[in-house]
Order: sequence, then structure tokens, then C-alpha cells
Amino acid sequence: MLSTLQPPRSLTLLPFRRFHGSKTIASLASSSPTLDASSVSPPQSQILTTRRSLLSGETTASEIAKSYLSRIRLTEPQLKCFLHVSENVLKEAQEIDQRISRGEGVGPLAGVVIGVKDNICTEGMPSTAASRILEHYRPPFDATAVKKIKEMGGIVVGKTNMDEFGMGSTTEASAFQVTANPWDLTRVPGGSSGGSAAAVAANQCMVSLGSDTGGSVRQPASFCGVVGLKPTYGRVSRFGLMAYASSLDVIGCFGSTVADAGMLLHAVSGYDRFDSTSSKQDVPEFESQSLSMDSFESKPLKGVRVGLIRETLEEGVDSGVRSATQEAASHLEALGCLVTEVSLPSFSLGLPAYYVIASSESSSNLSRYDGVRYGNQVMADELNKLYECSRGQGFGGEVKMRILMGTYALSAGYYDAYYKRAQQVRTLIRKDFKAALDHNDILISPAAPSAAYKIGEKKDDPLAMYAGDIMTVNVNLAGLPAIVLPCGLVEGGPSGLPVGLQMIGAAFDEETLLKVGHIFEQTLKGSGFVPPTLPNVA
Amino acid sequence: MSTTLFRTIQPNHFTLLTTALLRTRTKTSRHISVRCQTSTTTQQPRTSAPKNHGSNKLDEILKDYEAVIGIETHVQLSTSTKAFCSCPNSYGSHPNTSICPVCMGLPGALPVLSSKVVDFGVRLGLALNCSLSLKSKFDRKQYFYPDLPKGYQISQFDVPIASGGYVDVDIPLEFGGGHRRFGITRVHMEEDAGKLLHSDAGDYSQAMIVSKLDLVDLNRAGVPLLEIVSEPDMRSGVEAAEYGSEMQRIVRYLGVSNGNMQEGSLRCDVNISIRPIGQPEFGTKVEIKNLNAFSAMSRAIDYEITRQALLYNQGQADKIVTETRLWDEGAQKTVTMRKKEGLADYRYFPEPDLPEVILTQEYVDSIRASLPELPEAKRRRYEAMGLGIQDVLFLANDVSVAEYFDEVIGKGADVKSAANWLMSDIAAYLKNEELSISDILFELLAKGGTVQGMIKEKDLITDPVEIEKMIMKVISESPKQLEQYRSGKTKLQGFFAGQVMKMSKGKANPALLNKILLEKLNAKE
Repeated sequence: MLSTLQPPRSLTLLPFRRFHGSKTIASLASSSPTLDASSVSPPQSQILTTRRSLLSGETTASEIAKSYLSRIRLTEPQLKCFLHVSENVLKEAQEIDQRISRGEGVGPLAGVVIGVKDNICTEGMPSTAASRILEHYRPPFDATAVKKIKEMGGIVVGKTNMDEFGMGSTTEASAFQVTANPWDLTRVPGGSSGGSAAAVAANQCMVSLGSDTGGSVRQPASFCGVVGLKPTYGRVSRFGLMAYASSLDVIGCFGSTVADAGMLLHAVSGYDRFDSTSSKQDVPEFESQSLSMDSFESKPLKGVRVGLIRETLEEGVDSGVRSATQEAASHLEALGCLVTEVSLPSFSLGLPAYYVIASSESSSNLSRYDGVRYGNQVMADELNKLYECSRGQGFGGEVKMRILMGTYALSAGYYDAYYKRAQQVRTLIRKDFKAALDHNDILISPAAPSAAYKIGEKKDDPLAMYAGDIMTVNVNLAGLPAIVLPCGLVEGGPSGLPVGLQMIGAAFDEETLLKVGHIFEQTLKGSGFVPPTLPNVA
Repeated sequence: MSTTLFRTIQPNHFTLLTTALLRTRTKTSRHISVRCQTSTTTQQPRTSAPKNHGSNKLDEILKDYEAVIGIETHVQLSTSTKAFCSCPNSYGSHPNTSICPVCMGLPGALPVLSSKVVDFGVRLGLALNCSLSLKSKFDRKQYFYPDLPKGYQISQFDVPIASGGYVDVDIPLEFGGGHRRFGITRVHMEEDAGKLLHSDAGDYSQAMIVSKLDLVDLNRAGVPLLEIVSEPDMRSGVEAAEYGSEMQRIVRYLGVSNGNMQEGSLRCDVNISIRPIGQPEFGTKVEIKNLNAFSAMSRAIDYEITRQALLYNQGQADKIVTETRLWDEGAQKTVTMRKKEGLADYRYFPEPDLPEVILTQEYVDSIRASLPELPEAKRRRYEAMGLGIQDVLFLANDVSVAEYFDEVIGKGADVKSAANWLMSDIAAYLKNEELSISDILFELLAKGGTVQGMIKEKDLITDPVEIEKMIMKVISESPKQLEQYRSGKTKLQGFFAGQVMKMSKGKANPALLNKILLEKLNAKE
């Protein structure tokens, strides 16, 4: 049974398989790409593997579920990726097994073990957005994305940790626990979807859902060495996603392979009558992109125009990140891409514009947490006190800071200088991206200026933390799709730290991103980004 | 000082709100509240009793001032669902039975606009001679209050769906007659808030509401509204009341609302200031709320004009402050509800959960083509037929009467005799029987026969004994509701009436039913 879920990862064989050649960090990033089978076989889709092995009778959903649960039990004490683990995992797996044994059809995600970020509503299961104000809150409905996953046979294994309401880049702003990076337990997994990224990296689940408002899927994917996919705004229904900044929020997907992220995206995408900002665009079948390596031509990406964003390799970016990105560009060139540098003049304006817009919208979106109808209410002897105490005790520091900033930005007399101005910048950024994407099929950049940093390192320096979002926020402002996939390692931790490459596509062209990403991943020498042993787990 | 404790409900699941949400626990709290009220009422000017003055002297004083009146009208639309979710839009249901994650503002829920709301907005905009915005949008108006689940109201701020119109009215002869045109500033779409059910009606100061609020009913939260803002074109209570009546007629003619003031389907807030005649600047604006009949509106405005004029006259114009006052029907005067401290900052910004509202010219044209003949057009047509203005006003006042009259003359009846017959015999008869013309006459028109025969045929139960029997049965079967009613939830009368109607298969005489029901409900055991 174990064999069905590997490679790339041995499921219950602990410790983790060490990353191949952990000492040769530089050599990985600089190794010239080759289409020859490398010493490590390229990563394989866990969704496809699961489907094959279930349908062939090689294993059962129950066995798979059990092995994941035991893996979670073993690794959770160190990692703390989950705020809640479902009690129904085995029951749901058994139902799938029964269907299979009765010869009935099962959905395309049957038996797939899925983590769901805690700001995405799951019926009857705690959904708190990692906030005290929603502690013990259980929604009466599933988010549309979750509903679709369940309809396709996916098993929601639990709710993953995050920065409270998505506000943060380290997952340290969770009201409940700090998640560790599986590559180095003293480092942050990134955020805000840190739990979802770390859980996939540590193989606590096969794939997971996150949400991305300013990079909250892509940056943790980079920090944890997994694939993170931020779809076009409107591609996935936001119904059931607890709003942070409505005009920027999207539900995104994590997987250990591009194929898995793509298939999960396909499952959750599409128009939803409960979200009037969801798009009626057709959802292409991303699965067909996940070709095996045998079918690649010598230059499988011949003619694909790639723009390397000049501004993302300037000052403030770690040299290791810069060289990994340049190596990735060379790899793409070797695959047949035409790589040129492009400039986005408005690039540096994105960060302040993003923080104004996101804070403004969040100050409004979080008004509903008033302690009146649900969540934690603090008793008080008059109404303003009730609001003050419920919100004062329910929200964490980062959330309060953003609510205050947003309230200020929307106030009479300041609206034009902040909110309106930021919207104008947003238009400018959209235009610049459009121009760059008129001449290129995709744009590339690092996913973050550095690899994962230490827990606590930026906790008292919010501006330094905000600055880390510079690579990703522009994409949200423009509403474009982007994928982050591991492209190299830099020095740090017991065996190096992963670095992610960000690929940005035209609106609703996730297809190109997945195609290029898949071929990139399958041909990267020494691919297979598996974190090192977790200490104390034997 | 003993405290008032709000009891927490912990609906970690979707079980909500048939129980108390915020509840006063101790009797002492009421004393606190009363003290608050005393402190606000003492701030009221002592001169607010116009009746102390001789009417001649008063007329002398009033002669020197001009009132400037503008009206904000909220019309609750008779759509089958709420504006942004599919909850039924029904008045008088049991509290918190018509709610869902969207109108409760649960985390993750999103609004989706009902196209019917736009449809009604366009209809009303056209009927009020407005220009329509082919591209309008929604905004969030933000403030905290327990009846506002999301912490913001979805409304339209800088781009309303319709703006720049007017309405024509005829002032009834008994008030001097004449034709007036009042400007319409704008019409915009928004959602209603829920309702706080107070333990004790009559306390209105802000502090009071806070310390006494008991329950939140969200049935009304998310019900679609159109807000109509007039230009400050009215000068008297009569003009304002006539403006309000015309709004009611128009929404009823259009079928966009039942226009019922008692149920709150049509709510008028009046802004009023006065100035010495000849002064170009406006005086200090006072808002009056809680006007649930046009006659009350007229009286409230006249009271307020007098109050302000006296203050001016006594050199106390500085005592006229920007505030919201309530019309106290019992005392026949306006009282301070809350002072406005500076302008409220609602931090409006575009609602990111809803796309822009785009109208095509074809759509607007098709709605224009489907508009019925409106009251003003009817009045002018009846006038042109040679009817006197009093006949005209009577006939055009009720859309059912007007339609019936049109059918009658359409069949060749003499205009004058048909009008007389309708206004005297039929109107009186229906009034006696407590029926509206639409209950009877359309069927009569279709089937023929007599009015009396039709009432018999409808088989209305008019026997008080029989109705009482049904009422007692319903009351005995609903002890819980009875207890709630007797502890102050008088709105439950509708529930009981509904149950009796159901039992009688709709045949109980409604007037009789309500009369007996009230007696029984209010009977002391």
C-alpha cells in the first residue's frame, strides 16, 4: 500500500527521506537543466496516484486515510499545522471504499486527503480564521470550494493554521499556535496560509486550500518548498471564504506537484451564483497538462515568451534568491522559452497601495465580528462597551492595527488621499501588467525576497514583514493568476531552505502557467523538494 | 450602581435568536435608563408649547417666517425575496424565521443582488421623472448597531440609480387647493436593517436604547428599500403630507410597494428649518422621525414650525439645534431623540462584493413602455373629462377605484353619474362593511350582480360568536405566543390573526376578527 503513494515521498517511513545532495545547495540551483532522467525521479501527482491505486484495488481509501492520520499524530507536536483535525476522516474514507467495492463510481478526488485553511467555512467543523473572536465557531454551511471538493470525493482532513484573518506573512499572528517550517523547525512557514503550506510539505495531507490576498498562498509555498497556485480573481468562488479584502481575496491551492495544484484548482473553480464576483469563464481541464516526462520533446516550451521582471531582482533581494531565479530563467531558456527582461515601472507602488486597499476593505469586512450574533461576546453594561470589549479581546494586535489603518484611510477628509489614490495606483499596475503580458506569455520573478526566516525575527517589525510581500501584492492588485514552485535551495537550516519561482500569467490563463510549471518541475534536475527529518520523530 | 448585564448567546451552531440576545437582567437598570431620559428631556426648551399662546398672536409671529422642508422617504419593496439573498420578504413572520447566512452577516457569506430590485428602482425613477444612471454602483455605509448584521448597510452613495426628477401634486381644496411641483433629488437602492424589540416603548434617547434593548429580529435585515430624497421644496405641513401621499399613490400604482405606513413599508423622515422671510440662508435643520400617518406628518411639521418660530421670536434661535426629534402622537408634540454631534462619518466606499449595475437603454425603454398611467396623468385626464377637482382627487387616490372607474366609463357609463355613484353609494357601503373596493368590485364587474349579493357570495363569516370561538381555539393552542404577546410583543397580534384567518379559510370578517382578537389578547386573566 505504501508504494502507491510514493514517490516522491515515503508516507510512513520516518524520518523523511533526506533531500538529495543537501550539501550541494549551489549546485542544485546552478545545475544545467537536462531532460535526462535525473538521479531523483521527478515528483508525481498524488491525486493521480491515489486515483489509480484505489481503482486498481491496490489500496483502500481507509488505509490511505489511516496512514495520513498517523502521520499527523506523529508530526503535529513539532509542526502545529492544524487547528482542528476532522473526526470524520475514517468514516468518509470507508464510504468511498464501500462505493468502490459495490462497483459504484467515485469522484475524481476520491480518497484525496485535503487540508483546508481555517478561514474557509466547513459545515459543522470549527472555522475560526485563527481568531479568538470566532473561537469554537462552527459555520452552518460549506464554502463553495469545500462543497465541490466533498462532492468529488475529497476528504477534508482538518483546518490549517494561519495568520488571524489572513493578516500576516508568517502564521505567527494566529491566536492559537505558531506553525513551524518543516525544513527548519526554528523558522516560519510563511503566511498567511502557513499551515496549509507546511502540511503539504510535511505530507500531512496531499493537497490543501489556502487563500491569497497579497501573497498568502505563494509566499508560504516558497518558504515550504511546495507548489502554490493563486488563481485569477473570480476563478474560484469566494462564498464561504471569510473576507479579508474582498477585491483581492482568492482561494488558492497547494500541492507537492504542479499537477496536483492544477487538479485541485479545477475541482474548486467555476461560476457560483452565490458569489457575484465569480467568473463565468470556462474552466479548462488542467489535468491534461500533466504529461509524463516521456512525452516531452527536446524543447517542450519552444516559443513560450517569458519576461523576467527587472524590478524584482533589484536591491533588497537576497543574493541566493536572485541567483536561484536567474538559474530558473536559464532552465526555462534551455526548455525552449524566449526569456527577456521586462520592466514594470509601477512595481514599487504596489506595496503601499496594497496595504491601503487591503486595510480599508478589512476594516469594513471585520465589522461583522461585533459579538452580537456569533463568536465571543464579552458581557458589558452598555452597547459601546460590549463592542469595545468583544472586539478588543477577540482580535489580535495585527488585526487591530489593520482595522485602525483602514478606518483612517476611509475617513472623511482622508479618503481621496489614501483609498482613492491607491485605486488609481491599482489601475496603473493593471495597465503595466497588461502591457508586459501583451509581449510575453508569462512573467517570472522570485516569490519572496528571501527564504524562510526565523520565528520571531520580524515579529516586532511589521514594516520589514510587509516589505516581504513586495513580489506578490501587485499580482493581487491586478487580479492575475500566478503559480509559485520550488526552483532551488539556499543556505540555511539543517539541509538548505527552498526558494520559489513565481510565474504570472494573463487573466484566466492558468492553463499556460500549469503547462510551463509542470514541464519546469518535471525537468528540474534534482527535483523533489522534501524537507529533512523532523527532530524527535523516530 | 448595579449593572445591566447582556446575556451572551453562544450560537456556535446555526441556532439563533428566538431567545433574548441582549437582555436587561435587573429592575434597577430601568431606573438608570429613566435617569438618562430625564437628563435629555430637561434640555428641551420650555417654550415648546405653542398652545400657550393666543392663536392670533401666533399667526402674527408665523407670518414673518418661512419653513423649508425636505423629505426622505424609505419605500420597502414588495419583492418576493430580500435584496441580496433568497429569504422570503414577508412582513409579520415570527422573529428570526426569515433569515439565512447572508442576511445574518455570517462569516464568508456574500450578497447577490436580486434583479427585481433594479427593476423596481428603474420603475420608480421613471415615474418620478428622473434621469437614470445606466451605470450605477453599490457602496457600504458603515456604522455599528445590533440591528445591522454586517456592520455596514449596502446602499448607493455617489451614483444613485436615478436622480434629478420631480413630482406634481394637487393640494386638496380644504387646504387651499392648487397645483405644486416638488423636485426629487435622487432615488437609490439599499437594504433595510433588522429591528430591535424594546422591552419598553417610549424611551428614545440613545442611552436609553442601549441600556434597554432586549432582542434583535433580523427578519427585516436585507429587505430591499428605495430611498427617495426630495429637494427642500415644501413650505408647510400640508404640502409635505401631500408629497408623502403622492409617493404612496405612486408606489401603489407602480406595484413596487404596498406603501403601508403602519407596517413601516413607507417611512418619511422630514428635515425642516425655518428662516425669516427674505433671508436667503437656510436656518438650522431639524429632523423629525416616527411619522406613521400623513396627518401626523402634517401636524408634526406645523408644531415644529411653531416651536421654531417662537424660539426665533423670543430671541432664542440658538436653542434650535441640529437634532433628531420624534413625533409623540399622544402628546401631539415633537421631542428630542438625539442631538447630532457633528456630521456622522459613514466611511462610504464602493461595495467590493457586488459588480456595477449596468442598465441598457433597451431595458430602460421596455420598463418605460410598461409603466401604468400614473396618478398625475389620471388626475389631469379626469379633469379634462369635466370632473371637479374633489371628484378627481377621490377617484385617482386609490388605484383600485381608479381602475374600476375607468372600466365603468369604458363600458359607456356617463362620467359624472359614474363618479357620483362610486363616491357616494358604493364608497359608503364598502366603508360600512370594512372592505376595500378591490375585494368586491372587480369580481362584480366580471360576473355581474349586486354588491350586497357579492358579499354574501363571498360568504364572509360575520357572526361574532363564531369568530370568537375560533379565536379562543387559536389562543389556547399557542400559549407561548400568548405569553410573549402579553409580555410586550404586541406585533404577535398578526400571528394570531393569521392563524384565525387560516382556520376560517380566509372567510372571517377581518375587522370583526381583529376587534375580538384584541379584546381577548388584552384580557386580564
